[in-house]
Parts: sequence; structure tokens; C-alpha cells
Amino acid sequence: MAKSWEEINARIASGDAVVLTAEEFAQVAAEDGVKAAARKVDVVTTGTFGPMCSSGAFLNFGHADPPIKMGEIELNDVPASGGLAAVDTYLGVTEPSRTRGIEYGGAHVIEDLLRGRAVRLRARGPGTDCYPRTEIDTWVTLDDLNQAYLFNPRNAYQNYAVAVNSTDRTLRTYLGTLLPKYGNATYCSSGSLSPLLNDPTYRAIGVGTRCFVAGAPGFVAWEGTQHNPNQARDDNGVPVAPSGTLAVIADLKAADAGFFSAATMSGYGVSAFVGVGVPIPVLDEDLAATLALTDAQLSATVFDYGVARRSRPNLGTVTYEELRGGAIEVEGRKVPCGPISSLAVARRIAEDLKRWVAEERFTLSAPLRPLPGPGAPPFKPLEERGEPEPVLGAEEASGDA
Amino acid sequence: MRRRLDLTFPPRQAKKPITWHLVRDFDLVPNILRAQIQPGQYGRMVVEVSGKREDIEAAMAFLAHEGLEVRPAASDIALDEERCVVCGLCTAVCKPGAMVLGERAELVFDKDKCVYCEACVSACPRRAVTLSF
Ligand code: SF4
Ligand code: SF4
Repeated sequence: MAKSWEEINARIASGDAVVLTAEEFAQVAAEDGVKAAARKVDVVTTGTFGPMCSSGAFLNFGHADPPIKMGEIELNDVPASGGLAAVDTYLGVTEPSRTRGIEYGGAHVIEDLLRGRAVRLRARGPGTDCYPRTEIDTWVTLDDLNQAYLFNPRNAYQNYAVAVNSTDRTLRTYLGTLLPKYGNATYCSSGSLSPLLNDPTYRAIGVGTRCFVAGAPGFVAWEGTQHNPNQARDDNGVPVAPSGTLAVIADLKAADAGFFSAATMSGYGVSAFVGVGVPIPVLDEDLAATLALTDAQLSATVFDYGVARRSRPNLGTVTYEELRGGAIEVEGRKVPCGPISSLAVARRIAEDLKRWVAEERFTLSAPLRPLPGPGAPPFKPLEERGEPEPVLGAEEASGDA
Repeated sequence: MRRRLDLTFPPRQAKKPITWHLVRDFDLVPNILRAQIQPGQYGRMVVEVSGKREDIEAAMAFLAHEGLEVRPAASDIALDEERCVVCGLCTAVCKPGAMVLGERAELVFDKDKCVYCEACVSACPRRAVTLSF
């Protein structure tokens, strides 16, 4: 039994589609079997809401009179990129404020804009014939901006690390505070609700996939940065360590501060909780089988963050069911654990998306281009080396051609 | 009456049997909520004492005279539910299990278990937990 994208979209359009969240689907599959569940259900919705550092927004301010070519740009004292055209910028969520440090950063500016607050824009420019002005100091709201869209280079990580700390001092990391001597463990995934854990080999999620981004309808724009489909996988083909990622795009003006929340990881830096959800069509039984996986069948790898090297010691795997239980076993010890990604909000995202698809007829888009899958060129670390030798004769060679 | 005190010990005082003095000399009932004391280092202890008002005041004067820094300790932990995104990160640092995730992944705060260690205050990425004195 296989269903096509067109069949599923026709059922969504006519209001007949059966849509369940990934958790509900797993339950149906457990009761009726994967085969029956695949027949009965058309779309499964997923969701995740954790700190996603690689996020930010493109903004266009419009031209002042006289106009300025903005070079150094600050929004509420947070530097934004001046390397675009005259009145465009990209504001990264992790950028700290010049005055308040990591207690207020790019993520907080975006959250303030979303909450309708005015933000102070200060910029300097070189003063050119077409852009004579050299300085501007004004206030803008989200409504004032021409374009404001989230473009998040890396969201929705396919699985993540479970972090512990073997050293005898407290560590402040992007995975939260890690207590000394394996005092706790933290993890960051919505497990069985997580988008890429439900479609582990990227059959239904690719470039052009319509999805939920921070409360707005958005798209998967590309593979995410650091996308690494070649990680170790379990018997179901699901990665057991950080693997694929998504770059996503959505209109900031349609986003909701309930699904985009600024965060400060003490002793580490600024980040933002971003809500991402992807509706997945139940195309066939193979896809249904991974959609039906539960927290008991999904695992993550424990890494020792006490060793600050590129490859941290791997201390084995644990299931999401164990993690949700509040304690895991590491090296023979019982270690209390807590999440940094909100399951409660992930559930709200999957529910909202279910309503979008079932009631608001949010149809699905087949990938325009697949994401690189297992077997893709390996993900490379940065090797340090000296300046490469110039390529001899390059100029003459081009002259000869 | 009951008072919660936040005591900082200078290195040379770390070996003194302070709690014993509180009991014997001032008739107080101490309940140590948190202590980190090592010989030769600055130490810190959060202790709840119950007893008569004048005894508590006399004990505080004694502690100050002994070179300890005496401050009122946090008496309340407040959770701003508007700011909280229910990530659960506070539960990962709350040793006594005062902050835990419930059945439906909701955040449950059991004040009775809280020892006012403040670990959740700095751990919360949303700055949703605050202390008051
Ligand atoms: S760490 Fe902060 S935001 Fe997260 S659950 Fe605890 S109080 Fe809420
Ligand atoms: S102060 Fe916070 S971390 Fe410490 S016991 Fe109370 S709730 Fe738990």
C-alpha cells in the first residue's frame, strides 16, 4: 500500500485527511499494527522546541532621508551585520549586546520585535555620493520594517548529545550547567516528536518542504549547516548521535513569541528557543515504521563534555524513555538528568500543525531536491595548516586557454 | 521565630564549630540548608535557625564578631510562568528535586523541597526564576 503526495494533498484539500501527531501515531501503530496505521493515517505531525544557536533574521529598514549606507549597525546595542546592501542586515541570535553582554543579545532583539516593542536602530555609514548620510539614530518596530524574515542556517538537529561532566568543576555549556563528577546529564531533543527522527533518511523532508517555523508557515530552505547524514545509525536507520540538520525560512511578521524565545545560557552565551515542526505524509509502510518509533526505541549518545576536544569520549547510548524518566546510568553510576528542549511546547507545535493540516488545509510539498543522505561526502573538521603554495602558472594557464 | 541566614566564612574560620555554638550558647535549632566549607578556603552556609528573637539577634552579633559575613538568605523562590518555556533545564540542576517535570512534561515546583541553593536561578535560560530576600 503506497500513497502519493497528490492523493494525500487531495484529502487535505477536501478536509478528509486523517492527521495525527507522532506520539498519537505511535499509539495507533502499537494497537493496530504499522500496516493498518499506514492505511488509516495520511499525515503525521512533529515538533521540537530547543535552543538553536544558528538562527537569525534578515531585516530591511527602508531608506531614510537623506539616505545612508549602513555600515556599523546596532539594534538595542546588539551589533548586526553591515556587510549587506545599504539598509539590509542580518541579525544573528547569539550576538551579545555591547552594553549588557549575554544577558541581552540578538535573540532578545528578535523577541522584542515579535512582542511589538520598538527597538533602537543606530547605524554609521561612510557617506557616499548616493548615500551622503553618515549617522542615524532612530526607533523601529516590526511593522515598520519592509521585510523581516527568519533565516535559520541550522535548526531541528536530528538527535543530539547527552552531556555529562567527568571533571571536578562545574561546567557552563550550551547544554546547560553540568555538575562535577557526573552530577547530572542534560539532553536536547523532543525524541519521538522530533522532525528528523521521524524521517531518518530524508524521504519526505527536503528543500522546499512546507513546515512550521516559530509559529509561522515556513519552508525548509536547504540542508542545515553541519548536516552530517553519515553518523552511526541504529537498526531502524535512525542516527544515535547529532546528525542531519535543516536550514529554515519564515516570515518573522507571521511568527509568534510563544515559539521564539530568547535564551541566555549562563557562562556560555545567547541563544534562542525556536519552534520547528514538519508534517510528514504517510507515504508507505516503511515511512510508517519510523513514524511509529517511540522514546523507548530511540537512543542518544552520552558524551563527556569534561574533555574539551573535537571528539569527546563516547560513554555509550541511552534511550529517550530513560532520559524522560529523570535518571540514566553512566559508567555504572545513576546520573540524574534533565532536558533543555521543551517537550510541552514541542507537543503544542505538533498539535498546532495538526490543526493547520486538518482544518486550515495546509497542504504538503514534496521535496524539490532531497537533502544529502547517508553516503554523502563526509562532514569535515577544520584542520589547521599554513598558507597553501600558490598554484604555479595559474595566470598563464588562463591566458593560454 | 525562624530566620534564614546566609553565612560566609573567611578561610581562617572554616574550622570553627559554628553550629554547635548556635545550639549550646544561643539555644537555637539550626537546619543547614546548604553548606560548602573547606579548610583554608572561603566557605558558605545557608542555615535556617529557629528560636527566640533575642537569641537569634545575639547569635548574629556573635557570628559577625567571629568574622563571618552574615546576610539574610533567600526566603523565597519565584517562578515567572509567563517567561518559563518549560524546557526543564532547572530540573537538571535541582539536586533536592524541588523542580521536576510532571506527567505531562509540565514544570512542578515543590517549595517544601527547596533548599534555596540558587542553582536554578543561573541555570534558567529564560531568567524565569528569581529569588527574594
Ligand atoms: S529552566 Fe527556566 S524556562 Fe526552563 S523550565 Fe526551568 S524555570 Fe522554566
Ligand atoms: S533553589 Fe532552585 S535548584 Fe535550588 S533547591 Fe530550590 S528549586 Fe532546586
